[in-house]
Amino acid sequence: MKPRRLLPLALAVAAWPALAAELAVKIEIPQLQVAEYHRPYIAMWLEKADGGQVTQLAVWYDQKKKDNGGTKWLKDLRQWWRKGGRELDVPVDAVTSATRAPGLHTLTYVAGKAPVDKLAAGDYTLFVEASREAGGREVVRVPLAWPPKEARTASSKGQEELGNVTVQLKP
Amino acid sequence: MKTIKLAAGAALLLAAFSSAHAHRQWLLPSATQVEGKEPWVTVDAAVSEDLFDIGATAIKLDGLSITAPDCSQQTPEQISSSKQRGSADIKLAKPGTYRIALVNENAMASYKLNGETKRWRGNPADLKKEVPAGATELSVSTTRSRLETYVTAGKADLAVVNPTGSGLELLPLSHPNEYLAGEPARFRFLLDGKPVPDLKVAIVPGGVRYRGVLKEVMATTDANGEFTVTWPMAQMYWINASYPPRVQVPEGQPRPPMPALRHNYGGTFEVLPQ
Repeated sequence: MKPRRLLPLALAVAAWPALAAELAVKIEIPQLQVAEYHRPYIAMWLEKADGGQVTQLAVWYDQKKKDNGGTKWLKDLRQWWRKGGRELDVPVDAVTSATRAPGLHTLTYVAGKAPVDKLAAGDYTLFVEASREAGGREVVRVPLAWPPKEARTASSKGQEELGNVTVQLKP
Repeated sequence: MKTIKLAAGAALLLAAFSSAHAHRQWLLPSATQVEGKEPWVTVDAAVSEDLFDIGATAIKLDGLSITAPDCSQQTPEQISSSKQRGSADIKLAKPGTYRIALVNENAMASYKLNGETKRWRGNPADLKKEVPAGATELSVSTTRSRLETYVTAGKADLAVVNPTGSGLELLPLSHPNEYLAGEPARFRFLLDGKPVPDLKVAIVPGGVRYRGVLKEVMATTDANGEFTVTWPMAQMYWINASYPPRVQVPEGQPRPPMPALRHNYGGTFEVLPQ
């Protein structure tokens, strides 16, 4: 009796569509004890390990200011600004959004979908840069291979503006 | 049309001013301990977000007050004002510790004239002259600010390290030119000579451009208006507080109206390596 019962379940699993490869990034924005706090601007991008090609993943900036005034401080994400941020015509669908409060934020990217739809196979470095008004600026890097051959987790930690940045890859 | 444009311009200016409070006002002495016969120091003054970067607006040093070790007042040998900074060259003819301070008062007014909202910003002494007679719903907010630093020629003494008794000020409880990294220093905040308890104090090191992380320290004054900071590293520091305390509003919410009188203090202190 038992095998027969399990059979439909096994069939169901086999019929499940093949899942697309996935890159999830958890960014921790620390709570800071400072006299004047503004949410940080954050940029996240992938850089091919052999240099060159940049894929923009996320840019969080103040989108509530009148006349797109919040874009004025995007230049303070200095590494990002030099790695294509300067040329990026914000807002960009699936990339730009509002600033976020301290806490843990998860972003998930699926193979074949923007903004990783054109991401060639290879070794990459994930960059997360944070810059805060009246505060500091910090960059955290995590290496990764795309597309992932196996499930893998890697993380790196900032000192002040960024907490843990954790990358979770699923094949 | 012209008046509308002007009013809009003034509103923009005001908006820029109130949203640009992240911009810090500071004095920066070229050195805080100097030796030799009649040594000189140069004090720069500017407004910027990152301390002590030149790159935004100059502060004029015409009203700079210099208190010599014998508590007499002296004037700078020369003052210059360029696009991005004000500068004063000061000869320290007498040995001992000098207090260098810039005390300013600024008024912001809004009023209605013929149904239009107008805004004005300037010296409170000019208020009566600048606001027309027919103005109604006049609301004025005055900010008193003190920017301050200390420098010492030769042997340090404490003769000028005294409260003036006016406005918001910071009294160092040990010598303000003898701070070392890793060591604690104690201060007292006073408002019109009285200790200010429960005041939030920002202790911000300069040089963030080359460090990335800011390493700001926040302190709150105790019942005696006092706080202790243990200097995290050698650097020029800016200690800032304002009274009444700023109201922290959630992101995107409008700020409450400015109080009729507010005080702002910004002191610059050098911390040397051990």
